[in-house]
Amino acid sequence: MTPVQTEVPQRRGTPQDSDGTPVISVRGLWKVFGPKAEQVPESEELCGLTRRELMDRTGCTAAVRDVDFEVAPGEVFVVMGLSGSGKSTLVRCLTRLIEPTAGEIVFEGENIRDADAGRLRELRRRKFSMVFQHFGLLPHRRVVDNVAFGLEIRGMSKAARVQRAQEVVELVGLAGYENSYPDQLSGGMQQRVGLARALAGDPDVLFFDEPFSALDPLIRRDMQNEVIRLHHEVGKTMVFITHDLSEALKLGDRILIMRDGKMVQCGTGDELVGAPADDYVREFVKDVPRGDVLTLRWIMRPPADGDELDGPELGPDVVVREATRAVLAADKPVKVVENGELLGIVGDEEILAVVAGQEGDM
Amino acid sequence: MMTVVMQKPEQPEKTEPVEKAAPVTGVRRVSRSTLVAAILVAWLLLFFVLRGKQTLALAAADLTDLHHWFNDVNDSIGANRNSNPLFLYFFNEIRLVIDTLVTFVQELISQPPAGRPVPQIGWLGVVGIAGYVSWALGNWRVALLAVAGFTFLGLQGLWQESMDTLALTLSAVLVALLIAIPLGVWAGLSDRVDRVMTPVLDFMQTMPTFVYLAPMTLFFLIGPASATIATVIYAAPPAIRITAHAIRSVPETTVEAADSLGATRRQALLKVLLPMSKRTVVMGVNQSIMAALAMVTITALIDAPGLGKTVVQALQSLDVGTAFNAGLAIVVMAIVLDRVTTAASTREEAARRSGNRFLTWRRPLLGAGAVVTAVLVYLSHTYMWAAEFPGEGGVGSSIAKAADTATTWAQDSLSGLTNAFRDALTNGLLNPFQTLLTDSPWWLVGAALIGLGAVLGGPRAGVTTAICVAVLIGTGVWSDSMTTLASTVVATVLVMVLGIGFGVWMGRSPLADRMLRPTLDAAQVMPPFVYLVPFLALFGATRFTAIVAAVVYAAPVAIKIIADGVRNVPATTVEAATSAGADTWQIITKVQLPMARGALTLATNQGLIYVLSMVVVGGLVGAGALGYDVVAGFSQGQLYGKGLAAGLAIVLLGVMFDRITQAAARRAGA
Repeated sequence: MTPVQTEVPQRRGTPQDSDGTPVISVRGLWKVFGPKAEQVPESEELCGLTRRELMDRTGCTAAVRDVDFEVAPGEVFVVMGLSGSGKSTLVRCLTRLIEPTAGEIVFEGENIRDADAGRLRELRRRKFSMVFQHFGLLPHRRVVDNVAFGLEIRGMSKAARVQRAQEVVELVGLAGYENSYPDQLSGGMQQRVGLARALAGDPDVLFFDEPFSALDPLIRRDMQNEVIRLHHEVGKTMVFITHDLSEALKLGDRILIMRDGKMVQCGTGDELVGAPADDYVREFVKDVPRGDVLTLRWIMRPPADGDELDGPELGPDVVVREATRAVLAADKPVKVVENGELLGIVGDEEILAVVAGQEGDM
Repeated sequence: MMTVVMQKPEQPEKTEPVEKAAPVTGVRRVSRSTLVAAILVAWLLLFFVLRGKQTLALAAADLTDLHHWFNDVNDSIGANRNSNPLFLYFFNEIRLVIDTLVTFVQELISQPPAGRPVPQIGWLGVVGIAGYVSWALGNWRVALLAVAGFTFLGLQGLWQESMDTLALTLSAVLVALLIAIPLGVWAGLSDRVDRVMTPVLDFMQTMPTFVYLAPMTLFFLIGPASATIATVIYAAPPAIRITAHAIRSVPETTVEAADSLGATRRQALLKVLLPMSKRTVVMGVNQSIMAALAMVTITALIDAPGLGKTVVQALQSLDVGTAFNAGLAIVVMAIVLDRVTTAASTREEAARRSGNRFLTWRRPLLGAGAVVTAVLVYLSHTYMWAAEFPGEGGVGSSIAKAADTATTWAQDSLSGLTNAFRDALTNGLLNPFQTLLTDSPWWLVGAALIGLGAVLGGPRAGVTTAICVAVLIGTGVWSDSMTTLASTVVATVLVMVLGIGFGVWMGRSPLADRMLRPTLDAAQVMPPFVYLVPFLALFGATRFTAIVAAVVYAAPVAIKIIADGVRNVPATTVEAATSAGADTWQIITKVQLPMARGALTLATNQGLIYVLSMVVVGGLVGAGALGYDVVAGFSQGQLYGKGLAAGLAIVLLGVMFDRITQAAARRAGA
């Protein structure tokens, strides 16, 4: 598989300007479908069962099991898993489109699970919005009215909402299509309408539920770049659901991998590739071109006695692929230096192990 | 009278692991057909031994205690109609409201109100309104059709009858929709309401129409009001179902998207669900109108005015020409109403596609049209020439004369052929079967029916059959029921022969499908009375005429269902069979029909119900038995109770067949 990762973003590592308070913090979240669902998270014994056993014992399906994570302001947080892993249920629980069974969802200091219907509506109108896999557009309304729909629901005046909708339509690159109907647009353009509708209300957090899975690969790439662009421009916090690892690596600051409703691992892309938590994750990331994801931090070794330490310097968060040329060109090992401190060195051996290994052992 | 084909949603059934189930069903199928054969053989053997004993036969004028009791109830209700509080404050009130509505509409277009020689709006005004409304809701083509159609009604000399029919239909549809659309929305929103409503609607649609009529007259007397109420009951279910279905088929994501934007339930309903289901709901309105029209013509039996009455009177005096003319008027009206409402359901989309250029002109044009219509209405209100349709209905009498001539010719030159056909079928199939059913002891037939029900439909269907048989005996019209059962089964067999023949042809050949489907659609739109006329001309007033009319009425549904079933067989399976060297006959019998067996059972189910709902219509043309009992019950006071019991017996037969075939269909589908 050829990677579609020409531009490697410089937003690895911790999210920028975070003051430490997460926007969303999820603790011990459970969603169980079935009769007497609430007893499952409470019983230690039932918690220990696998999905299949739980189904046989109680007739319940645990879609989300004891999930914890935090999303920092401005971060793109990706939840990834195969179908049936509970990721779509998880994102719906965050805005209570599906009512969680147990756990805590704290949004800007407020536990969403305690919100009454009115407060919840208010949050959905002002604070969150969501982009759906199958768009969820209204076929009987023009593009601009679809985009303005959320504003209309809030009770904004017609003139104001049309003006705002127009701005957002231009932001997502749909200028000229305001008066079309959704079924006159291609899938990619329909999803731009979905995106515009989500952006129109100027929410604090955007949720994406596999927004590009229904699109063909080229359009999907365009839309991914569009999300990256919008993220740069508007800087929203985003929670992004996907089943596509390359999409997750491309967009996500951090990635949460789910399996059978449970968290398997949560970390940056290079952490997943460099230090998979278990065989499941290892299997998952094995086709990833490691050179595109791993940074020098992952391949450097401590300087040994015979090493010459006067080679060129590079930062630890430089991606291997970008460092390749520099390392191979230098006749001495490259020093990996952070804040003036020598962390380790990288020589031709290490680089080649990653770059050549890409096709070799995988 | 089931002009509506709403296939009941397949109940999801837990499928067992395939590898386990396969050998088991294999064994069971063999034993099931053996069991059926065993039951039939046992029945035949016992029949020859016990022939003519305990047959529960009842002569046409004889009554049982139950019938007398029904008569007494009827009399006492008649005597206490104005003193019993239930009547005083409930039934009479409903009757009063409906009566006011119907009288109002009738005085508007069909009956002269007090102090005027003619209705408020004369023919010119009605034609103008019909054209204008069709144009505004549909397009100019259907507007032309509406104007032409309504003018034709006048030319036939049936203006007033047509307007009576139209007035009753519109009043009934109005009331039906007032009830049906809110209920449908509710059933669409709430699973619980849907669960409660579905079996009730199933039952209402399974029940042969005439059965409503007898109790109606008990509570609401005869006449336009009870005709309208019966029509409402018949026309509301399709609208409820389709509205609920429309609400349910709005994509979940769209509703979720509205929720995620913080829409209240009200906002989600008004801005998302209702607008998105509008088009389908209009189709529900269409179904409702067609059902109402069919029913309104039938309510002629309880003295409702209109075209139906003309047909019934003509049928009773065997005046084929007049019956044909009036039947044609019903067809014309059905076509106009169908086309206009169909165009209305697609209008918005069509207008959107055609671009906005036309829309700017639409408003002023509509205004101008309204003014013209108002002028026409005023003229028709004021001047006699615009109020009463000019001419003597010369076209109508020409049509009647032509129909008479054609009939006479057909009778003279085809009678050899048609009589031979009729006699062959009657003597070869119908009579022996009927004898078997009517001359066997009642307990033998009952046991055989229960056995067949249990074997074909499973234990629960067996229990239902047992209950139905027991109540059937209680009705006191057992023997008549068996006669009707024989005709019904023969008609259904013919329906299935036609259904499989044409259905397979249409399912295999797109060309045949394109050619036949419009005919079938048209046949389904036609009110059932109309079928009787030509067959009455060809075969005279006999059981056989009724059977043929029922077959023609029921065959289109069966053909369509089977055609769809055959078409839905995956192309790859057919291809695989072809590549294995199967010839056409083998593909049909070994691949397509077995794989479409769910459709076959469904077609049998619908065919039976449709045939059964024609039983009473058949009673008008010499079918005898239950149909005759019901018809006689309407017209003769002392037979009222027996008619009611016969109506009940038809329902019981319907429920019995429905349960058995549906259970069998579920089995075939699983």
